[in-house]
Amino acid sequence: MTMTPAPTKPWAASPKDRMIDGAIFSSALLSSYLTVLATPMKGKLAYFACFFIAYAILTTAFKGVQRGNAAAKDALVNSLVAIGAIVTVIPAASILATVLKKGLPGISFGLFTHDMALATPTDPLSNGGLLHAITGTLTLMALSLVMSVPIGILTALYLTEIKGRFTGPIRFLVQAMSGVPSIVAGLFILSAILYPITKAYSGFMGALALSILMIPTIARTSEEVLNLIPNDLREAGTALGGTQWRTVAMIVLPAAKSGLVTAVILGVARIAGETAPILLLTGGGDKVNPNAFNGPMGSLPYYIWKSFNAGSPEAITRAWAGLLVLVGLVLFLFTSARFLGSRKVSK
Amino acid sequence: MTTSHESENQEMQTSVKPSSLADVANAKTPKVPGTAALGTGLETRGVHAWFGKHHALSNVSLDFAAGTVTALIGPSGCGKSTFIRTINRMHEFIPGAAMAGEVLLDGKDVYAPGTDVTKIRLQIGMVFQKPNPFPSMTIGENVLSGLKLAQLKVDNKDDLLEECLERAGLWSEVKDRLGAHGGSLSGGQQQRLCIARALAVRPQVLLMDEPCSALDPGSTLRIEDTIRHLSDTMTIIIVTHNMQQAARVSDYTAFFLSDGGPGQMIEVAPTSEIFSRPQDSRTESYVTGRFG
Repeated sequence: MTMTPAPTKPWAASPKDRMIDGAIFSSALLSSYLTVLATPMKGKLAYFACFFIAYAILTTAFKGVQRGNAAAKDALVNSLVAIGAIVTVIPAASILATVLKKGLPGISFGLFTHDMALATPTDPLSNGGLLHAITGTLTLMALSLVMSVPIGILTALYLTEIKGRFTGPIRFLVQAMSGVPSIVAGLFILSAILYPITKAYSGFMGALALSILMIPTIARTSEEVLNLIPNDLREAGTALGGTQWRTVAMIVLPAAKSGLVTAVILGVARIAGETAPILLLTGGGDKVNPNAFNGPMGSLPYYIWKSFNAGSPEAITRAWAGLLVLVGLVLFLFTSARFLGSRKVSK
Repeated sequence: MTTSHESENQEMQTSVKPSSLADVANAKTPKVPGTAALGTGLETRGVHAWFGKHHALSNVSLDFAAGTVTALIGPSGCGKSTFIRTINRMHEFIPGAAMAGEVLLDGKDVYAPGTDVTKIRLQIGMVFQKPNPFPSMTIGENVLSGLKLAQLKVDNKDDLLEECLERAGLWSEVKDRLGAHGGSLSGGQQQRLCIARALAVRPQVLLMDEPCSALDPGSTLRIEDTIRHLSDTMTIIIVTHNMQQAARVSDYTAFFLSDGGPGQMIEVAPTSEIFSRPQDSRTESYVTGRFG
């Protein structure tokens, strides 16, 4: 019988290491405070910038003295990477915090049960709501999804599975289209369909323009996802007597499922807050319109734009509430799509 | 500590008798060609293969009698894999690929105009070098996936599932977790799952492209055992770099070689003869380990 030794972690930071790290951190804090005091720089951003610079210099210098040149470089790159990550998060967190702070006062139950048919943006907040905008945005998203998902994924399948003669030009066009400004898509539908053919604003016109923006995003991301599926699986399917279509439908697409969900999420993200084509094409009604093919249709971006334009304190609060609802809606859609996409295939 | 290791080593050395590959080949029960139930065998006549301008394989004519196991040996890059991929028409998936010659299954050319290529691949199954179970399917679904892919109907799926897994030597290990994902199995189990999947569509011929190259010795022996059992009912062609394996499982062995130019089939003979009395000096150099 040998004694089992107690499990240890010799690679973990010792209390002394932690104390040193803490000392570097607090001296960086202190020096950023002193720098801001001593120089004309002001505000939170100045504190952040000074702190990061001080921290990077201090930790690099200390590691250099302690362990030599290579360790100093390692510490420098580590702190730069951390700065990059935090700089990315700050704007997102700041936007979210602002929207929450300014939007929450405008949120009430009535907001979700009433539309603006009998109210104007400058009315007291108890009048009217943004039900028409929520239903409108959901209708626009659903219609765009119905049109874009099949076209986008079929395009990706052409590029990855069929690899026909037009692969090169199509890939080029899809990449070029993903850079199309949204106002161009809006004007295109306006001049190609709305003026010459339908001659009326409707949700469907907006959805057409949004699809133009969404298809390239879905197609490009799906293509990348499908390219990651190992060729072994396609060969195995074909060697078992499957036609190309059966192999793609039964093996390649299910294997790529969670990635394809991500592609669709990115497509929705592209259009969720899109405003320009909606201003041009949907007419922006103030009441709930369940028919996307007839009559103007409201939407959250339109509601926000209209309320901000009205300018009164009530209208501005409405606009912030609308923003908060839009952010919440997108967050909800993303989370549920992620959940559906990552769920294991049941037995 | 040291003494115990030394005694173990000595034991190991005394227990392993030096035995030639020919003895290994002779040790298994010999097979009489043509006794198997399925089909009348496979034959290639003057098969050539190209990748673009590169002539990869030249003039291979081989007979594979029904119910026999044929091993294809030879150094890397000599066209063995290319050859078996011409047999079930997987060669044509490579852009720029071309071929010449005939591949006769039951006397009919699989490259004849109007041939339904998916039917050919149902009759000539394939097991790949790397285990590749379908990741989105369970173990059970993987085995039966060929039926769904080819849209075949069977009366009793459960019986077929058990039979295929049993023949692939995997049933006892997975019967309680048929609903688990194929990826949850070990590498050797995954490869046997791929064999079971190939068996479910009841092929006459099974092509195996280095099926054990990614596996541990234990899994390798199990798969070789499976191959011996399967050869009662089908014709098997196995590409292998392991000459011990060729000696253990095959009835016939064909030696391929490329001397800078396209790969050629140098010699084919019953396996025990290839390893004891090879006709060609190049075969002899290869099987005795002087090159390759």
